[in-house]
Amino acid sequence: MSPDPPPHQQLGMTDTEYGGVVDILGRKPEPAELAMYSVMWSEHCSYKSSRAWLGRFRSDHPWVVLGPGENAGVVDLGDGWLAALRIESHNHPSFVEPYQGAATGVGGILRDIFTMGARPVGVWDPLRLGPLAEAHNRYLFSGVVAGIAGYGNAVGVPTLGGEVEFADRFSQNPLVNVMALGLMRREQLVTRAASGVGNRAILLGAATGRDGIGGASILASASFDEESGAKRPSVQVGDPFEEKKLIETCLELYERGLVVAIQDLGAAGISCATAECASGGGMGMDVDLDAVHLRESGMNAGEILMSESQERMLAVVRPDDVEEVLRLAETREVEASVIGTITDGDVLRVVKDGTTVAAIPAASLSEDAPLYRRPIEQPESLERRWADPPIVPAGIDLGETLLRLLDDPVLGDRSWIYEQYDHMLFLSTIVEPGNDGSLMRIKGTDKGLAVSTDGDSLRCYLDPRRSAERLVCEAALNVAVTGSVPYAVVDNLNFGNPEKPDVMWQFVETVEGMATACEALEVPVVGGNVSFYNETDGVDIYPAPVVGMLGFCDPIPGAPPRLDRAEAGSEVWVVGPERGDDFAGSAYATVVLDHLGGRPAAADLATAFLVTRHAARLAGDLPVVHDISAGGLAVALAEVCIRSGVGVVVGNGDWRLMLDEAPHRFLAVVPDGADLEATE
Amino acid sequence: MSRVAVALFPGTNCEQDVVYALDLLGAEADLVWHRETDLSGAAGIVLPGGFAHGDYLRTGAIARFSPIMQEVERFAVAGRPVLGICNGFQILCEAGLLPGALVANRDLRFICRPVHVRVETTGSVLTRHAEVGAVLRIPLNSYEGNYVAPPQELDSLERTGRVVLRYVDERGEATGSPNGSANRIAAITNATGNVAGVMPHPERAVEDVLGSADGRVLLESFVASLQPVPA
Repeated sequence: MSPDPPPHQQLGMTDTEYGGVVDILGRKPEPAELAMYSVMWSEHCSYKSSRAWLGRFRSDHPWVVLGPGENAGVVDLGDGWLAALRIESHNHPSFVEPYQGAATGVGGILRDIFTMGARPVGVWDPLRLGPLAEAHNRYLFSGVVAGIAGYGNAVGVPTLGGEVEFADRFSQNPLVNVMALGLMRREQLVTRAASGVGNRAILLGAATGRDGIGGASILASASFDEESGAKRPSVQVGDPFEEKKLIETCLELYERGLVVAIQDLGAAGISCATAECASGGGMGMDVDLDAVHLRESGMNAGEILMSESQERMLAVVRPDDVEEVLRLAETREVEASVIGTITDGDVLRVVKDGTTVAAIPAASLSEDAPLYRRPIEQPESLERRWADPPIVPAGIDLGETLLRLLDDPVLGDRSWIYEQYDHMLFLSTIVEPGNDGSLMRIKGTDKGLAVSTDGDSLRCYLDPRRSAERLVCEAALNVAVTGSVPYAVVDNLNFGNPEKPDVMWQFVETVEGMATACEALEVPVVGGNVSFYNETDGVDIYPAPVVGMLGFCDPIPGAPPRLDRAEAGSEVWVVGPERGDDFAGSAYATVVLDHLGGRPAAADLATAFLVTRHAARLAGDLPVVHDISAGGLAVALAEVCIRSGVGVVVGNGDWRLMLDEAPHRFLAVVPDGADLEATE
Repeated sequence: MSRVAVALFPGTNCEQDVVYALDLLGAEADLVWHRETDLSGAAGIVLPGGFAHGDYLRTGAIARFSPIMQEVERFAVAGRPVLGICNGFQILCEAGLLPGALVANRDLRFICRPVHVRVETTGSVLTRHAEVGAVLRIPLNSYEGNYVAPPQELDSLERTGRVVLRYVDERGEATGSPNGSANRIAAITNATGNVAGVMPHPERAVEDVLGSADGRVLLESFVASLQPVPA
């Protein structure tokens, strides 16, 4: 029998990383300290494999208030209004326990938004699962959708869209991403930078229990194998009712100016939140674990520090305001306990039962985290894939093909998904899910915000850089057809095992493509998330970057385009470059021919910029402006016809032009007699 | 003064939408926390949608014990206007102020989409300004929206004309119910017409830009029923 590995290895830490901790402390870490470093230095929390590349994204645009690195990106909408946006993944927990994995994903991202001072006003859910023909995938998918609905509907934030993709590589590694948007007045913006020696740290919300200890972060920093079912206890359980009370309490605290700084509790729980508040303000903090309100007795220091119990916030308040904050929490029926004090210096000191269980430089948990430049290598099979384009037959039955495409769960009607989500709360939804981008108004103003989330893992597998560029362009066009201009991007980069050079190559190519396209479209990247280790038994997922695009309009169109507004007698225009030969990774190739090969066409970013702006202008005047993407013109036309209850006669019936997925194109429905001179 | 008290339980989430819609119709509303025990200054009460007390145990099962419910009951008995929307309807049933109960939808899925309902009577605070037979397009948004009651109770509701709204198709024909409700019931009222419960959300259909303004006539009816509080 071999001896148990040393504690740091059991916590997923390498010997070198452990040596780094010893160097920082000048001694061996105590058990609680080791636990803190192991989680904060995990891939999930530290981005140690990706951080070196993320500087490629630009966010120096004048309307950006806060870029990457905060809980959420923040952009300026004028007249004192700010929008906060963020995207996250809950991939690993959702495979282990789909309902709670997805539900706590929603809860977590909402806390990232109201931590900034903003009221969460919308959620979007990009989902990637295995084919629904398999029973286990149906179990996972229905659990995920029910979890999003169960949490989102009850917490009182509308779910305004998302997207789905089903492919074999996601059977063992489903991807559950979630994006959220919040709104606030400028004076309500708060950060986690604690200041003021003597200020107190108050823990608000749910009691701390033994759930999710070393949970999401450890789970999301390793690949799956046959033992993964045993990780179920690591998944946390969500309570949307507690979160709803917490949202209202925090928003009232901000309104009354009672909060100096605030941080939500996510990965690594109290240890991470206290360290980030203290180091964010260049301060130290004394933390008393005996003051924490607990769900169960007998928890040791490490368990209390590392617990990932949901629905908790850490607020830093002035000593004179403590009583008022506690009183307000009591009125709102939210539990609260004063657990810490801001100190001079930089030490996070944690006490339990009168004994110091941890005393570490607060900033070292984040700033001294390891940074890896992992090897990169283009996959050897890539050129073989490129040399294997779909064989397109000389003639096909277009009608039959179209029915086949519309029968696909991704291309057909998705209302059975989004009608399980409350997408109308707040009376702000102007264009609901089921159109290209959803559009919401900001009541009391003429402003509007549009959001689209887009991913395309199959095409990314064929050429990650080109496909990443195209994804950004597609998302931009999806918000443009609501009358909005692309305003900010958040990205979720879902990949396999970063220790494999070909996976790292996919990642770097994707970052490069996305950054290039965002620059060309003049849109800042204000935040993102990286999810590695989406790998099971050595098989990695298809590279699955997801773009979350925020669009902005002022004024909002009086009657923005919708798929159900076409009327008989109108003309249909196709705007954008025509190709007729872009089938690699297309819906026709992957769904009808069951073929994944060839090289997708490159984006033309100068054209994309012009087409996007043109679509946004036309959207102010036309009943239907619709992005042409998966399934090409044929599916785009079918969607308009079905939703509007009209038919269409197509002049040039060349089926290649009908199914081709060349980028940067949209269709516009022009009513009889419409005068578009002004927009030419 | 004729201000509406909009009850706010922990977990309620449609309260701001109700206030917004009432404001559009010229009625003033105050949010009232569920621990309040004196609503004598209010001209009517709305219990809005959401998940009062998390809907834990059973929808409305905890909310019926909130202190504010004593005032709701006092209003109901005194013939003053009380409207429960969605979760509010569930609470009124659980409190015994309306008959029957709302259980999980037939297909065991949450439903959020506009549905059509037909006005069956003008004898309620919800419909006194509507026309019998009018077909309204109003969003449904519920998991437990499936109305059930014992056969004698259903008979009694039908005989006494207390079914207020019924699910129909867009032409007004009875083709089915989106959630399995008995007799396709979407809204009911008590014997005196002053307490009404409605499953779809009229406050979500008050402006054309939201897809429908058909909910206005229902909320206007409620506003018109408000009784000024004696000074």
